[in-house]
Amino acid sequence: MSTLEQTASTDHHHGPAKGITRWLYTTNHKDIGTMYLIFSLVMFMVGGCMALTIRAELFQPGLQLIQPEFFNQMTTMHGLIMVFGAVMPAFVGLANWMVPMMVGAPDMALPRMNNWSFWILPFAFSMMLMTLFMEGGGPNFGWTFYAPLSTTYAPPSVTFFIFAVHMMGISSIMGAINIIATIFNLRAPGMTFMKMPLFVWTWLITAFLLIAVMPVLAGVVTMMLMDIHFGTSFFNAAGGGDPVLFQHVFWFFGHPEVYIMILPAFGIVSEIIPTFARKKLFGYTSMVYATSSIAILSFVVWAHHMFTVGMPLIGELFFMFTTMLIAVPTGVKVFNWIATMFRGSMTFETPMLFAVAFVVLFTIGGFSGLMLAIAPVDFQYHDTYFVVAHFHYVLVPGAIFSIMAATYYWLPKWTGNMYNESMGKLHFWLSFIGVNITFFPMHFIGLAGMPRRIPDYALQFADFNMVASVGAFLFGFSQLLFIYNIVCCAKGGKKATDRVWEGSHGLEWTLSSPPPYHSFSQPPKVE
Amino acid sequence: MRCNRLALLLSGFVISPAVFAEWEVNLVRGVTEISHAIFDLHMIIFYVCVAIAVVVFGVMLWSIIYHRKSRGAKAQHFHEHLWVEVLWTIVPFGILVAMAVPASQTLIQMYDKSEADINIQVTGYQWKWRYQYLDQDIDFFSNLSTPQDQINNKATKGENYLLEVDQPLVIPVGKKVRFLITANDVIHSWWVPALAVKQDAIPGFINEAWTVIDEPGIYRGQCAELCGRDHGFMPIVVDARSEADYQQWLASQNQAQEAEQAAADQTWTMEELITKGEAVYQTSCMACHQANGQGIPGAFPGLVNTPLMSGDGLEHARIVVHGRAGTAMQAFGEQLSDVDLAAVITYERNAWGNAGGMITPQQIKQLKEE
Ligand code: HEM
Ligand SMILES: [Cu+2]
Repeated sequence: MSTLEQTASTDHHHGPAKGITRWLYTTNHKDIGTMYLIFSLVMFMVGGCMALTIRAELFQPGLQLIQPEFFNQMTTMHGLIMVFGAVMPAFVGLANWMVPMMVGAPDMALPRMNNWSFWILPFAFSMMLMTLFMEGGGPNFGWTFYAPLSTTYAPPSVTFFIFAVHMMGISSIMGAINIIATIFNLRAPGMTFMKMPLFVWTWLITAFLLIAVMPVLAGVVTMMLMDIHFGTSFFNAAGGGDPVLFQHVFWFFGHPEVYIMILPAFGIVSEIIPTFARKKLFGYTSMVYATSSIAILSFVVWAHHMFTVGMPLIGELFFMFTTMLIAVPTGVKVFNWIATMFRGSMTFETPMLFAVAFVVLFTIGGFSGLMLAIAPVDFQYHDTYFVVAHFHYVLVPGAIFSIMAATYYWLPKWTGNMYNESMGKLHFWLSFIGVNITFFPMHFIGLAGMPRRIPDYALQFADFNMVASVGAFLFGFSQLLFIYNIVCCAKGGKKATDRVWEGSHGLEWTLSSPPPYHSFSQPPKVE
Repeated sequence: MRCNRLALLLSGFVISPAVFAEWEVNLVRGVTEISHAIFDLHMIIFYVCVAIAVVVFGVMLWSIIYHRKSRGAKAQHFHEHLWVEVLWTIVPFGILVAMAVPASQTLIQMYDKSEADINIQVTGYQWKWRYQYLDQDIDFFSNLSTPQDQINNKATKGENYLLEVDQPLVIPVGKKVRFLITANDVIHSWWVPALAVKQDAIPGFINEAWTVIDEPGIYRGQCAELCGRDHGFMPIVVDARSEADYQQWLASQNQAQEAEQAAADQTWTMEELITKGEAVYQTSCMACHQANGQGIPGAFPGLVNTPLMSGDGLEHARIVVHGRAGTAMQAFGEQLSDVDLAAVITYERNAWGNAGGMITPQQIKQLKEE
């Protein structure tokens, strides 16, 4: 312990340690941010390979490549890895890098905990991936793991899955506490809450969501563990339990969780669009209020995932109305982004391309979300590919595009080098086309009646499935360009200026590129 | 010349109805009052979304084209505008309220629980449906009837690939049919798009749904809740018939039951049982224990050369009849007739090199009475 402390305190004066220990013991927000981002990129590729396995099997009707048992494991792992391994760590990584720099702090408030919250993740996900090789296979019950399929009828490896979920939850909570502490305590003098950059605002709200719902997830998996190993009957009807209870608890976590995956994206886009429109963000205050109301509303709409479980009429009505209500603040955000572009002076570098695509495609995802909110019609959409199309429109061109936009936007700041702009644009266009070819047809096959999570389908769904699979491979392989571009940029290239983008605003651009190891050794002044 | 032909081809894609049929793009309108109401709601909200999209994306496109730096656009300095912001909060809210009214009406209509003419209990099993006509003495299981060879690409796929069953649910048109929906093991969901009925089947709960079908016809659907490995192979076929045809079907069901009784009392040779048993194995057992009887290690036990196969036949029969609590092995006693049970057990005991002797329908009958 004392050597650790020493390293930390010498760090403070001389910059990073050398070799592997720099990464193992580091308490530096930039190192940890980098590790989070690399981890999430690796998980994105792993989860992507699983998606491509699914899409390859669904290229044609009939069973060609994999058996239904393995197919279910692939969909489950793909969903879990993308949600918990790719999107969430990427946002935490961005927060680690940017929040201290944006509020004018030298580091995160709780640096040592920061190290822990990262290093838990590789262990959690190794364990989760290992379940695939266990007897009986890995989790095969969907990322929503509805009981009793995930309890009474689950493979033995579910115990490891539960343990992995616990670890991820602990990591998320520690990360969230750290971000809240940083934002509350380390803001530069003069930076009032209503002067904070929107990315910081959205992350603050996200962090509160995380702290509120991660224990709920922990609770539900613990109840599963009890049912499986200790003879309780929370979810086992034969023992007096209630399978629907599982769904209520799960979605009380799960619905805010989907906002955890999109609120930081709102923040990112609200940074990028003003930069490249060379105009201040339209409606800063209403953005803050809209984000907060979305967060609050997200706690009262969970049962819109359960319209078909057999709720009483009054419940259906309540959840329908509140869900529809979320469209209002979300609409306000979209209108504000467009008003920011309106009468600006726009240029379209890669980050802006991704941000604009985000606005368009996320809005399309929002429209299908609105359709899903109409309870009677949801009876037809629920658990079909229409839903798969909906959530991929908000997750892939939503969350993932915003992460890519953020990466291109801040990469010159992080590395001190410019990335290759034409390769970035190529990556954007291939991804944009790929995403739409993949997910747009899913609306059609969903409406035509194809249930989700099936390894084989009736003949009338064949054509669009083929199209979707082609798009998925296009999208998947385009990501190699992304990785190549990042690696090249990290290695060298044209030097970046401090204020990388002509229209950039905010404290992070007052630092050198790359920034010093401890961001602000003197608190900056904010007017 | 080339171009012309291409244009012709493209227009063919757009116009030809045959091509449209393959590229299904919208919800079915269905054959019930509720399904029509739902379809209309779906179209309204879709058009509302399209209208908003045109406005929003239009403004955006305009800005992208005309407010570019490369065209010499200078950035304006406004970044707040109270009444615009108030307006674009209130207008969408108004649209939503306008949408919520018809949506609530339809929902209330769907919850009309008044007296039904016919009551059918629908139970989801891994991976088949059971239909019990509560007012008649009719009770049967409905299994996927698509041959394994089609699924494994060894035979050409039929027209209703994966959407066909051995015994469809038969109901009369013009009558209010109430479904009491539940499940035996995990959660399933009973969904027929043309009826706009989708209701989860949950163990320990009985959910209610109902329909009145306007036109005779065959309507197909699938289980809509992930329920394990064969979730994709759990079709639902509803055969809606005129009242007269329905009555005739009821009568034929009763005859079939008598025939089954007679079969159980007759004497069967081992060969007969094995032949019959193979077919039963394929519909009821193969999904888990596999065609080669090897099972799936860690998930489903194998049946080849195990102590159970060569040991006491009655012990084997007991497991098939009563199932194994807490595992995926169901109690087949109520699902299969005595003859089918005897046949499939005899088949298992003599397939794949096993040599475990035979079990008769009479033994099964005794076992059930124990
Ligand atoms: C190349 C990109 C991707 C492709 C081709 C893809 C494809 C698919 C497919 C085919 C399914 C199975 C749908 C089903 O049968 O229910 C699926 C499920 C899912 N995907 Fe993706 N996906 C991609 C990226 C993502 C990303 C980035 C996320 C999250 C941020 C994500 C989250 C999910 C989730 C949560 C599920 C549901 C899993 C479940 O049913 O339990 N996907 N995806
Ligand atoms: Cu099912």
